[in-house]
Amino acid sequence: MGLLSIIFILAGLFFLIVAAIGVIRLPDVFSRSHAVSLTDSLGAFLMLVGIALHEGLSGNALKILAVLALLYIQNPVIEHATIRAALRAGLKPWKRETP
Amino acid sequence: MKIFLFYVLVVLAFLIGAYLYRVLQGPTIFDRVLGLAGISTKAIILLIVIGVYFERVDMFIDISTGYALLNLMGALAVAKYLEQKGLP
Repeated sequence: MGLLSIIFILAGLFFLIVAAIGVIRLPDVFSRSHAVSLTDSLGAFLMLVGIALHEGLSGNALKILAVLALLYIQNPVIEHATIRAALRAGLKPWKRETP
Repeated sequence: MKIFLFYVLVVLAFLIGAYLYRVLQGPTIFDRVLGLAGISTKAIILLIVIGVYFERVDMFIDISTGYALLNLMGALAVAKYLEQKGLP
């Protein structure tokens, strides 16, 4: 139980670090939304499942999984609303200049 | 296990700093809203890890649930307002 939860938490931490690097390095708001939405959700999933495994079979683990379900409803809704607002406000997506 | 959770807390705090750079430096206002959404996700995970670290996880889970609901309403309100108003 202990080693499996440590492996899950380390994998989640890796994906969270990748998401933070993407948020800093990517060039546009439309490409940054991929880093915030997709990679962040996967990292949070792995990390919370690892913590629930560490807690064992109890009510606390069930509540942690409920928080995870709430996170999976909330994260895509926020990203979708923000990106739709950015597109309707007239922002142009980033393109590489053709040499 | 306790030492390991402490290092996880330190790494999560540095990740919040990385998102804070995007909030302060973002070229448009939508970058700042996206950075705040990322900070809220990190804060939920950070609260649960703090609860496991201090062995009071039943109390900290309720706090993180309230924070998640509050952040959802706030971010949706800001997004709808910016959609109606257009680019400032």
